[in-house]
Amino acid sequence: MAKTIVPIGPYHPLQEEPEFFTLTVEGETVIDIDVKVGYNHRGIEKLSESKTFDQATFLVERICGICSTSHPYAHTRAVEDVISVEVPERAKFIRTIIAEGERIHSHLLWLGLAGHFLGYNTVYMWAWKLREEILDVMEILSGNRNNYAMFKPGGVRRDIKAEDIPVCLKKIDSIVPTLIMLKKAVIDDPVLHARTKGVGILSKEDAINYSALGPTSRASGVARDLRKDCPYGAYDKMQWDMIVTKNGDVFDKAVVRILETFESIKIVKYCLQNLPGGDIDLNLKSIPAGEGIGHIEAPRGETFHYVKTDGTNRPVRHKVRAPTFMNLPTYKATVVGQTISDATIILAAIDPCYCCTERMAVRNTKGKMLYNGEDLVRLSQEKTEKIRRKLGKKA
Amino acid sequence: MSLKLKALLKSPWVFHLSTGSCNNCDIEILDCLTPRFDIERFGILLAGSIKHADVLLITGSCNRKSVERLKRLYEQVPKPCLVVAIGECSMSRGMFIHSYNCPEPLDKIIPVDAYIPGCPPKPEAIIAGVVKLIGKVQESIKKK
Amino acid sequence: MTKTSIIKDLCERFSSDIIDVFDKSSKRVYMEIKPESIVKVAKYIFKDLGARFNIASGLDARDHMEILYHFTFEEINLIISLRVKLEKSKKLEIDSLANTFEAANWIEREIHELLGINFKGHPDLRKLLLPDEWPEGVYPLRRDYKEWDKKAIRDRGV
Repeated sequence: MAKTIVPIGPYHPLQEEPEFFTLTVEGETVIDIDVKVGYNHRGIEKLSESKTFDQATFLVERICGICSTSHPYAHTRAVEDVISVEVPERAKFIRTIIAEGERIHSHLLWLGLAGHFLGYNTVYMWAWKLREEILDVMEILSGNRNNYAMFKPGGVRRDIKAEDIPVCLKKIDSIVPTLIMLKKAVIDDPVLHARTKGVGILSKEDAINYSALGPTSRASGVARDLRKDCPYGAYDKMQWDMIVTKNGDVFDKAVVRILETFESIKIVKYCLQNLPGGDIDLNLKSIPAGEGIGHIEAPRGETFHYVKTDGTNRPVRHKVRAPTFMNLPTYKATVVGQTISDATIILAAIDPCYCCTERMAVRNTKGKMLYNGEDLVRLSQEKTEKIRRKLGKKA
Repeated sequence: MSLKLKALLKSPWVFHLSTGSCNNCDIEILDCLTPRFDIERFGILLAGSIKHADVLLITGSCNRKSVERLKRLYEQVPKPCLVVAIGECSMSRGMFIHSYNCPEPLDKIIPVDAYIPGCPPKPEAIIAGVVKLIGKVQESIKKK
Repeated sequence: MTKTSIIKDLCERFSSDIIDVFDKSSKRVYMEIKPESIVKVAKYIFKDLGARFNIASGLDARDHMEILYHFTFEEINLIISLRVKLEKSKKLEIDSLANTFEAANWIEREIHELLGINFKGHPDLRKLLLPDEWPEGVYPLRRDYKEWDKKAIRDRGV
């Protein structure tokens, strides 16, 4: 059969960032894939060599907008590793709160986008609506919706005020019922099962061979989570579970992320309720010559920073490794052998349709409201139930 | 020309283009479409193809690799079109000004009609910017 | 498996390859090894000891080039960094790890284009991050890098 090359990108309607995929297909089956990156390359490693350690925290924050906590966190830990110091207890708790808040909003963001890629825009709108509440919490705590600028080598920049804590707890609690509904809507949905189960499987051997990280590897049964294995921050102070599933398909990756969101909510709530007193900053004066490594578990996997210093206030070398750098090449293992329609789901690059289903109310011509939001949710659940029963009969 | 512009302003379809940004501005643009801000109320719709777009929303610091694509895409937009630079990076390249891979700012490459500052600009700021731009264009049409 | 047992095992097994062991802290160990034995040692650490490959980081240290290969042992919270020094007077090349494990594929491409170190036996040494029109022989992460683009604008225009 003749081979066809299908290019996707670099500016594809669905991708927020430019990336270029070349799929070689034979009939319907993908036989090879090549990924071209570099449309976002800004030379941050070189720029960091001309910035002081304090300034570099702001620079690495702008590597990725969604992980704008994990890079400063890893960088400050790398600088602290040069002198081998531990930050004060209160700073550790504040760092954990910010990092976990980011994980919640990042997972919700991914969930929404994944729903959108599958043509399931309801999930997209629900997830992003919930995400706004978390962004509000982050705005109360740090002053900005993204790019929190809370970190500095030796501690945190801002303290959390006692009067803000009840407000934040209330906001976090308010999303839980909807999140549980969303979880059921995704995990029990027969249509989503059909689209994602058994699709794009990353085997455990491949996950280890590619050194895949974070939820990508945990969905394949690799029980590695830096928060458990190499405890930092306040993660060893409370009880929480590492989520591991064994199938490695698109569905399992979604499940890992959804369940992790609940664990993160648990962690944030514990930290807010049990915030210890004391200093928030070590007031580091100078960084001696040496080498340091900082790594933390970002929403997408391990973020790794290596800093080499020479006693001045600037690094000689600052190496940044984002989790996606290791996760992206796994496309080679997951896409090859799948059909082209599934490949697009795995690459999350199909269906350029946006529509808004949220806050919709069906009105008749006289303007009388027939259904409100709750009715529509109920109707949709009943329909899903019908489909499930139908499918159940078939099976 | 002015009739086309007038028609365009009723329901501007936007196309979003990232030229090496940190993703934050892009996320905030998408945020504008979701329930809390919901700019689709005003007829603003995210277009899937550049050929359908009236307004280009450009984010990012114009790195060498994506600038070539940016030029090519700008040639393809049906004219008249409006260009909005969103975020600090697309205005002056922000802290990436000395980067070896970001040689030129956006407005030296293509003409820009509106700038929305911020790192990232809040969704409210993006909406305000787009509304101001529409108002300005309407005024200029009236004057003619 | 403990930190001391791993270091002892490596030192005995590769006594002729290891030049220096720097025990920085309870979680970090830096080992300098000969460039020609990198595949042997890395393969043993990755395949037999079951470590996870973090990343490699290249560094221009004025008189020599340095590559650090970081491996994490998650069970015991330990990072071992293998340090390799390449003399600038000789040809800058080292054996590729990409054939041993996939995880090293992309980072070797990156080091190749940003620092100009050649990886022998790498399956696919194309450019990864830089544009195709980037001039040959210009490596941005080297100490002697100078602005080559005459058209670049470096002021804020105000």
